[in-house]
Amino acid sequence: MAEKPFAITLDVGSSLANKTGTWRTERPVYVHRLPPCNDACPAGEDVQGWLYKAEEGAYEEAWRRLTVNNPMPAIMGRVCYHPCQTACNRAQVDETVGINSVERFLGDEAIKQGWAFAKPETSTGKRVLVVGSGPSGLSAAYHLARLGHAVTIRESAEQPGGMMRYGIPAYRLPRDIIDAEVQRIVDLGVVIECNAKVTDIPAVFAEGFDAVFLAVGAHLGKRAYIPAGESARILDAVSMLHDTESGEPPMLGKRVIVYGGGNTAMDAARTAKRLGAAEAIVVYRRTRDKAPAHDVEITEALEEGITMHWLSTIKHIDAGAVQIEKMQLDEKGFPQPTGEFDTLEADSVVLALGQDCDLTLIENLPGVVIDDGVVQVADNMMTGYAGVFAAGDMVPGERTVTAGIGGGKLAARHIDAWLRGDAWVHPERPNLASFDRLNTWYYADAEKTQRPRLDAARRADTFDEVVQGLTAENALFEARRCMSCGNCFNCDNCFGVCPDNAVIKKPDGTYEFNLDFCKGCGLCAHECPCGAIDMELELT
Amino acid sequence: MRKQIEGSQAIAQSVATCRPGVICAYPISPQTHIVEALDDLVRRGRIEHCEFLNVESEFGAMSVAIGASAAGSRVYTATASQGLLYMVEAVYNASGLGLPIVMTVANRAIGAPINIWNDHTDAMSQRDSGWIQLYAQDNQAAADLHIFAFRLAERVSMPVMVCMDGFVLTHAMEQIDVPEQEQADAFLTPFVPRQKLDVDNPVSIGAMVGPEAFTEVRWLAHHKQLEALAAIPGLAEEFAGVFGRRAAGPNDHLGLVTDYYTEGAETVVVALGATIGTLEDVIDELREAGTSIGVLGITSYRPFPSAVIRERLQHAKRVIVLERAFAVGIGGVVDADIRMSLMGLDIAQNTVVAGLGGRAITRASLRDIIAKSIAGDVEPLTFLDLNEGMIPA
Amino acid sequence: MTVTPLKFYQVGSFAVGNRLLTDEERSEQSNPNRVNALTSGHRACQGCGEALGARYVLDTAMAATDGKIMAVNATGCLEVFSTPYPETSWRIPWLHSLFGNAAAVASGVATALKAQGKTDIRVIAQGGDGGTVDIGFGPLSGMWERNDDVLYVCYDNEAYMNTGVQRSGATPPAARTNTSHASGPEPGAHFNQGKFLPLIAMAHHIPYVATATVADLHDLEAKVKKAMTFRGARYLHILVPCPLGWGSRSDETIMLSRAAVESGFFPVFEAEHGVMTSSKKIRRRIPVEEYLKPQKRYAHLFGANGRPDIVERLQRIADHNIEQYDLVEKGAEE
Ligand SMILES: Cc1cc2nc3c(=O)[nH]c(=O)nc-3n(C[C@H](O)[C@H](O)[C@H](O)COP(=O)(O)OP(=O)(O)OC[C@H]3O[C@@H](n4cnc5c(N)ncnc54)[C@H](O)[C@@H]3O)c2cc1C
Ligand SMILES: Cc1ncc(C[n+]2csc(CCOP(=O)(O)OP(=O)(O)O)c2C)c(N)n1
Ligand code: SF4
Ligand code: SF4
Ligand SMILES: [Mg+2]
Repeated sequence: MAEKPFAITLDVGSSLANKTGTWRTERPVYVHRLPPCNDACPAGEDVQGWLYKAEEGAYEEAWRRLTVNNPMPAIMGRVCYHPCQTACNRAQVDETVGINSVERFLGDEAIKQGWAFAKPETSTGKRVLVVGSGPSGLSAAYHLARLGHAVTIRESAEQPGGMMRYGIPAYRLPRDIIDAEVQRIVDLGVVIECNAKVTDIPAVFAEGFDAVFLAVGAHLGKRAYIPAGESARILDAVSMLHDTESGEPPMLGKRVIVYGGGNTAMDAARTAKRLGAAEAIVVYRRTRDKAPAHDVEITEALEEGITMHWLSTIKHIDAGAVQIEKMQLDEKGFPQPTGEFDTLEADSVVLALGQDCDLTLIENLPGVVIDDGVVQVADNMMTGYAGVFAAGDMVPGERTVTAGIGGGKLAARHIDAWLRGDAWVHPERPNLASFDRLNTWYYADAEKTQRPRLDAARRADTFDEVVQGLTAENALFEARRCMSCGNCFNCDNCFGVCPDNAVIKKPDGTYEFNLDFCKGCGLCAHECPCGAIDMELELT
Repeated sequence: MRKQIEGSQAIAQSVATCRPGVICAYPISPQTHIVEALDDLVRRGRIEHCEFLNVESEFGAMSVAIGASAAGSRVYTATASQGLLYMVEAVYNASGLGLPIVMTVANRAIGAPINIWNDHTDAMSQRDSGWIQLYAQDNQAAADLHIFAFRLAERVSMPVMVCMDGFVLTHAMEQIDVPEQEQADAFLTPFVPRQKLDVDNPVSIGAMVGPEAFTEVRWLAHHKQLEALAAIPGLAEEFAGVFGRRAAGPNDHLGLVTDYYTEGAETVVVALGATIGTLEDVIDELREAGTSIGVLGITSYRPFPSAVIRERLQHAKRVIVLERAFAVGIGGVVDADIRMSLMGLDIAQNTVVAGLGGRAITRASLRDIIAKSIAGDVEPLTFLDLNEGMIPA
Repeated sequence: MTVTPLKFYQVGSFAVGNRLLTDEERSEQSNPNRVNALTSGHRACQGCGEALGARYVLDTAMAATDGKIMAVNATGCLEVFSTPYPETSWRIPWLHSLFGNAAAVASGVATALKAQGKTDIRVIAQGGDGGTVDIGFGPLSGMWERNDDVLYVCYDNEAYMNTGVQRSGATPPAARTNTSHASGPEPGAHFNQGKFLPLIAMAHHIPYVATATVADLHDLEAKVKKAMTFRGARYLHILVPCPLGWGSRSDETIMLSRAAVESGFFPVFEAEHGVMTSSKKIRRRIPVEEYLKPQKRYAHLFGANGRPDIVERLQRIADHNIEQYDLVEKGAEE
């Protein structure tokens, strides 16, 4: 072809020579924000992160990502009160993501498939003794082992698991699940010695341990002073559950009254039913919504036929009969006596008024401070006695399996650092991926046909073991409801909406801004569904 | 083949031998017979691989032509008068883009008052549009110049207007050697566009150009015309070689002008188009009567062959420019170009505006005005046969 | 483990891509190898909807035709910002002739291709609303009427932007432009003026007419693809917000397109052979006010000296659209 007409006919794509990036006053940057689920998880789970993998159906990868923080998803998927779901941004769109049920699915899948933890590549040569094999002890042992330390757990009970085994009833947490998840930790190299009560800390150090982690829990049922007749049958809930688990269930009679409004009370009442009581009655001094038990627990108890006597206190216990007084909430929501009384028939009364810690092991250790019945620890989880750390129910704070696991993890990091003569600093927390940063338009609504499946998914965690967890399909479905708050999930929006082609999609599916051409219009940030792009002032 | 044929039919058949790919047009007298004939030829399959498009306006016609040409097809259209003005924006655009479109302008007056008859006002209005303008003296030349136009257009990648007097030529029956297909094929080279839309070789055509390069673009447009000027004589020879006749007519000189006894003539009348035939008759009589006079016909009005014209006229004492258009407010259009070409020479020159809106140019009137001119008894600007009596006071 | 794919994804039907979808289910824009028919370095304003729309359309058309597209462009922003000498942002064969003749030029290209027997190559003509509904309407109507094999795409930013924001036949009532000032008793463009070209296109009974916006890429791409399945004249009318002319934030271009649709102010539908065949249902209906308020061209309708009466009239237009184009799913839960 002859020469092209000057200036009128141009070679294609030549505008690449015009670097429009110079127009910019703001530049986009990809950020990682802290999703509210992650933020709310006491075990510090990277929920969004493992859901991201689960969305792809990459369950093993999801499980591995999950267990970076929490070694027991099958258990957590059953007993965790999932504060993540309470915090979940999706609740403001339709309903919270069923994080817990997906977690349980992954946990069960791991057991089914026999996935094992990767062993540490090197060993530090340090030995750590963990006292107590409850969730907190197991968690610390797991994390310490993965960091290359030699860990031994000593457990006074016959079997490991702590309150998970001796408190939480089997209908909520089948024992083979506990066994499997504990075994996996053992397979990692953690030694568990049962029937091995620790009584002397200095002796432990003398044995050659370099550090000690205490997680002895809170096992002493609280007693309240209630006038009672000689023959009145009064038990505490913790012992009752413990004995039931140990195969020596107590004699409760036909009518059982459980005193208290917490989860333990619900478990005690439901267990009483299972032990043969015709009637189990919960007596609590405040109203249902003020009760510390989780709503689901109360609902399930009611579903199982447990009777609730709200706004009532026990005044007197006699053989066969319990006198209760009606209460009334004052303006501040505190129960006040009304002087109105009633009598309930009862063969036994189970007190579920909370637990105290048995701290005989350390109460005489120099430097250890006990306040309000719990051990005080420094920011690095160490007690006043050098090298002795503690977490779980025995330290101040929330008393849940999840909090125990989180405490164990944190303590492990501190112990690891301390063993190296170092201090562990919590990495800076990213800013929260708040709801207002989301562009929820892009999240598809569930189709009507899929709603029932969704509902099943969301309710699965509340079902007892008679109903199985999620199917793979449901789990996938539920995982895909996650909005990936604050973290890119490769939706290609930025890549698609840039009028200047200034977003590069890399072969691995991630993106990069081409600042040669980005004019800083902000469309990518505005249209990012999950708020993973910030516009920053250009400093020139 | 020699035939008694209407001018428009001859044009249609001549265009057909050029194997155009796309023909489009919007009807306007006196162009209609040409495109009607072409529609029929295309429908009958007499032009292979050719599409005929009826468009919604002349603006559309020229725009379709632009698109089709840019897509690499040989394109033909025709118009006149109001139609030419209606497409002006696109006319300039076609030349700006350097697209070798060939268009017949069946010259006609421009209204108001609306007038369908012949003069050159329409084509003259486009003399600065960047198009090459060739004027035909008779239907033989008109038929031949269309073939010549395609070759020239494609050679320099510029559009060409072939101007022929409306009715006078378009509707006249004459004996013509209608070009043969083999001849056209032998003369025309396959169309190789200088630029085209091509999916395998994409380019952007029609960029926006600012002050930084616009002058250069215009300078190049001028040089394209000069390039055409240089190319025409050679192509004219080639044409003669293939067809055995000269495209612009028997009196052709270099393909640029026609020359009728200008050699040594004291008086030369300069004209364009069909008037030349009448003039030649008048000159025959005058020469017989001993007057030293000739006629110089301009075939290539754009590019303007200044040097050739100067060479032809340098020894004349008087030049009369006979025009079928005029520049309102000053006078001759072609006249100014002639003056520029003769700059510095001592030659008397006057303009005669004739044949506006189809008024007949009679031999008698021509004899009269020539005589007056030679006698120096004329205004620099005369309107032939102006009837002042009919103009209300 | 094999996983049965489900039709429910986080973002499957609305976002550009999503790693969970198969390649076929993703939009062309998510393709890292998309053509980028309009590539970087063009001089459109920040957040220009027209630049976005043009790339969306042409990349899709290129994908749908195996790269066999030629484009003809009317004068206007798109042309000016893409091809200032010595650089062009186009990566496809592209021709600009004049403001009012894009449809005719495209007809010429299509006719030439037909004459050359290259009917595998398809032609797209494109222009702004001014170049389409006003000055270019004659040639466009001619192209439609002749049913030439051209897809004409109008990027409707509702005014003559390139010349500095003047009213066009597509400027909506009450909108302020520099020739419909927000002054006097009837501020902005007049009510009962202007035309909605898609309906006029339908009156030509051409094979395919559709409207779209840059907010719903999947819809837009599907329409371009569908348009390419027809031979003959086709018309696509795309609403493209213009931050400069609308007085909107550069990052709100897509949001505003969405709001135009969700309020019913801009109906999105398609028609074949003169008959409407489908319309895009409103997903989360909003009052027109939500669409108008972020735009300075409507600023005179709000605030202390606002004109709720005019907003109400505009709302009636939206309500009317909803009825006329059937924009709300029957029996949809509100
Ligand atoms: C009935 C009941 C139901 C509950 N349900 C839930 C629930 O659904 N979800 C939830 O999140 N939380 C629940 N909790 C709370 C939860 O079980 C505890 O917060 C959690 O188990 C505390 O973990 P831990 O590791 O601190 O202690 P524990 O689980 O109590 O474990 C401490 C372990 O240390 C052992 N030990 C004690 N002293 C020594 C010693 N000197 N030497 C060796 N070993 C020793 C004990 O035998 C025990 O195994 C429930 C609690 C109860 C009582
Ligand atoms: C015949 C003609 N009249 C007027 C103009 C001036 N002009 C160029 S672009 C333009 C506005 C284009 O408006 P529109 O078609 O809506 O495209 P936009 O720039 O808004 O994308 C105008 C009026 C012109 N180039 N040609
Ligand atoms: S939507 Fe996903 S990332 Fe966001 S809070 Fe819920 S689970 Fe976490
Ligand atoms: S004026 Fe409007 S249409 Fe033109 S480039 Fe700017 S944003 Fe785009
Ligand atoms: Mg516009």
